[in-house]
Parts: sequence; structure tokens; C-alpha cells
Amino acid sequence: MGDLAIEVDGLRKSYGEFEAIRGIGFGVQRGEIFGLLGPNGAGKTTTVEILEGYRQRTSGRVSVLGFDPGERSRELRSRIGIVLQSTGLYRHIRVREAISHFAAMYPHPRDIAEVIALTGLEGKEEAMARTLSGGQLRRLDLALALVGDPELIFLDEPTTGFDPVARRNAWETIASLRSLGKTVLLTTHYLEEAQRLADRVAIIKDGRIVAEGAPRELASLDGSSRYRIAYRGAGGEPVEHVTDDPTTLLHELTAEALARGERLDGLTVTRPTLEDVYLELTAEPSGGESESEEEVPVG
Amino acid sequence: MAELASLAWRQYRLERRLFWRNPSAAFFNFLLPLLFLALFGAILHGNQHDLDVIVPGIAGMSVMSTTFTALAYNMTFLREQGVLKRIRGTPMPGLSYLGGIAANAITNTALQIAIIVVAGRLFFGTGWPRDWGELILFLAAGVVCFASLGVAFSHVIPNFEATSAYVNAVFLPAILISGVFYDSRHVPGFIRGVAQALPLVHLIDGLSGAMVKGTGVAANITALGVIALWALLGVALAVRGFTWEQRRG
Repeated sequence: MGDLAIEVDGLRKSYGEFEAIRGIGFGVQRGEIFGLLGPNGAGKTTTVEILEGYRQRTSGRVSVLGFDPGERSRELRSRIGIVLQSTGLYRHIRVREAISHFAAMYPHPRDIAEVIALTGLEGKEEAMARTLSGGQLRRLDLALALVGDPELIFLDEPTTGFDPVARRNAWETIASLRSLGKTVLLTTHYLEEAQRLADRVAIIKDGRIVAEGAPRELASLDGSSRYRIAYRGAGGEPVEHVTDDPTTLLHELTAEALARGERLDGLTVTRPTLEDVYLELTAEPSGGESESEEEVPVG
Repeated sequence: MAELASLAWRQYRLERRLFWRNPSAAFFNFLLPLLFLALFGAILHGNQHDLDVIVPGIAGMSVMSTTFTALAYNMTFLREQGVLKRIRGTPMPGLSYLGGIAANAITNTALQIAIIVVAGRLFFGTGWPRDWGELILFLAAGVVCFASLGVAFSHVIPNFEATSAYVNAVFLPAILISGVFYDSRHVPGFIRGVAQALPLVHLIDGLSGAMVKGTGVAANITALGVIALWALLGVALAVRGFTWEQRRG
């Protein structure tokens, strides 16, 4: 076990004939932000809901803070915080009232004002839930998950449906959880989100993990660190080179251009991104399985 | 145990605050039976025999609307909104949470019955209840019966939009055939047969015995038995079919 907050080994989950999770394993270190990345229907939510204790696994070994989440121990629930993909709240509850109500459920809650500040809900303390915007409701979700001062926080697609500004704000909040020493398991289908936030990611597809590692390592997974050099040629046509050695190639290209008295308009040098790897890994034929796994009824 | 109770108490207090903040729910759960009472009281003014029927009838209807109707609505809403699922992910014990919700409904029952009793004494000439013990016994049985049936019924309601149709399809016929507004003995035989198989008519009989006639528990022991049977069925179905999450699809 050691410093692992979450340990998953050979996890399987079937709904009747359909195998949603087909033997996955990963470990999440204490204090790290771990991203589960994958397209809709890949099995992210099923996996997370097994770890949260909402669903029972078919087989495999799962340990969350040393507990089997399937046993639904109250102590485990008091040490984790959950932000579900979509959950409502009482329409007529006020923000501060909701946070303090949830605080009372936990043995060692955080200070309410501190949670309000951390989630950027200042000025909204007396607002009723039904008057909040989607982004504000999502922040309230996070506040309710944080108020128990959990060691481990599950965030299931925390920024889906956000506008770019709200997303950046949410990222800052999630990044600040790291400085509080929290462990975070994050699911997302936004690559940029995983790349920005996660220390390590696992890419999941059709109930299997197809790649795992730090976003930077994954980005160089396709063999080598292949850089892409792009610019517009003399006639304005786009030119692109791919190379393992951008320094030399760049030197040659710029020297040639200078010798001809030309400029390399729109010159860019880019490293392969996680996105390139992700698209490549998840583009493979999916073996004819249905993509509706996350809509399967609770077993 | 003390913690279980204290969490239930917190939940109860929250439910009370939220109840009064939602005017439409407060109206349908609470004021509508009182409005009926006022209307029928005015229409039947001076006709003591009919008033003696309508006061316990409205009391029985109030028990059903504050427990069966209210809980069928609430549980459907809380399940569909994911509030139940959210609670399930916290250390809040399920028993404390559901206890707080049930206590909220029962408070509404108690408040309504109190108002009906006072109105009966002040305006409708039925006097104070003859037998307080019988009144409390029947109210307790009625609350357990209709509250559990309400929770059980919420399991068959497919989504919150359909709640009104489902609940009224049960509630309206039940109050019409069970003698809320008239003496159930004046009803055609086959309808009376259906009503006799259901719990509401027996609750009204018991309440009538307690509030107006003073016949005592012994005279209505069969009625109490029928309510108890329905309560057993209600509790079994409420527990058996209970889910914290909405069934999808």
C-alpha cells in the first residue's frame, strides 16, 4: 500500500453481457492529481463510481485510503469528497446554509468562510441555489465536497459545460487543492484540462487503460520527441517539417531563407501535445462495442 | 445513537425552513385541505350532521396529503435531482436523513390536524375530540401507513414531471370514494367495496370515532387492523424498492 491513496488492480464491471470495465489497474499517490481521460462512454464514470462506493465491482481489487469502497464504511465517506457529474440540490437552500449543513455531517469540517473563499462564492452566501448560474452551482458542488476537509477528492468532469473563463477559474481552484495537500482523482474528456492539472493521467478507452504516465511523458509516447516546424513558403503555401532535431533543422532552414533574402512567415516550432497522442490512441476502431456504457442502469 | 438523532434533527430543521420557503409546495401540502374545510364549512353551515362527517373526513384527507402526496413528490424530486445520491456520498447515515424528511411530513400532519381540531371546536360545532387517545392512535397508524405508501409509490413514478399525474390518479379517487366529503354509507355498494379495501375510509372512520362520535377504539378495531395491514405492506414496499439513484433510461 505505502503512499497510495487509491489502488486498483484487475478491476472489472459487467452489466449483464456488457463488460464496461475490462480489467484495469492503476495507483494514485497521496498528494497527486491523477487524471482519468477518455471519450464519453469509455468507462470513466463507472470506474470512479466504484471507487466512491456507488457501484459494486464485478471482480478485481480496489483500495481507497486503505478501505474497500464496496463496504461503504462511514469512516471512508468522512475522509473523501465527491463532486458528481451532475447532481442537484434543494432549490430553496442558501449557499452558506447548504455548506454549514453539510459541514455538520463530518467529524472535522473546515471553516465555512474559508470554504466559501476557496471556491470563490464570496458575495453569494445568502443566494438561493435556484438563483445560481451553472458555474456557481458547480462551485457550490465543490464547496460541499471540500467542507468535510477530505484527504481525497473525486471530481467527475468538473468543468463540463463551462465557458473558457469559468474553466480557467475552476482550474485555479483545483490546482489550489494540490497546495492543500489533497489527493485528487479527476475525470475529464478535455485534454487541456488533464494536461494543465494532472501529475499523471491514464487514458481509458472501451473499459481498458491504453496509456498511463505524466502528460509530458505521454506526449512523447509516439516513439520520439518529434517536433513540428511550420511556416509559409515564398508563395504563401504552408510548409511543414517533422524532426527529432529541431535545432539543426531550424538552423538550416533559417540560413537558407536568409541566403535567399526571404522571411519564414508564420514560423512555429511545436512539441507533440497530449492531444496528438490521445487522438491517436482513441481513434482506433472500438471493436464494435456500444458507446452507451455510462447510460447503463445501476446494477 | 445520539449522533444519529442529532443529524436527523439538523435535517429536520433544514426541511422545515425549506418547506416554508417554497410557497407552492406549502400551498398544496398544507393550505388546500384547510381551504376545503373552510369552503365546506361555509356550504354546510347549520347542518350539524354533515359537518360531523366533513370534519373527520378532511382530517383523514390531510393525513394522506401531508404524508402520501408530499413524500411521493419529495422522494421523486430528491431522487431525480440527485440530492439522494449526493447525500449517499457523505457520512450522513441514511436513517438520519430519511428520519428528518419523515419528521418534516409528520409535523405538517400534526399542524393540520391541530388546525382542524380547533376549527371544529370554534366554527363547526363538533366540539373537542371525544377520545384523544384514539385520535393519536389513529393518526400515528395513518401517518406510518400513508408515509410508507408515499415512499413506495415514488418508486413507480418515472420522472418528476409525471408526479402530479401519478399522485392525483391515486389521491383524487381515494378521497372521492372514501367519504371525505359525505358519509361513506351513502355510496353505491361496489364503490364502497373498493373503498373498504383501501386504508383511507378506515382512517376516517377511526378519526370520526375519536373526534365526533366518541365510540372508542374497540368499536373501530377492524379499521385499525386494515390500516395496520396497509402500513405493513407500505413499509415492506418502501424499503424493498428503495433506491438512492434514479433509474436511468
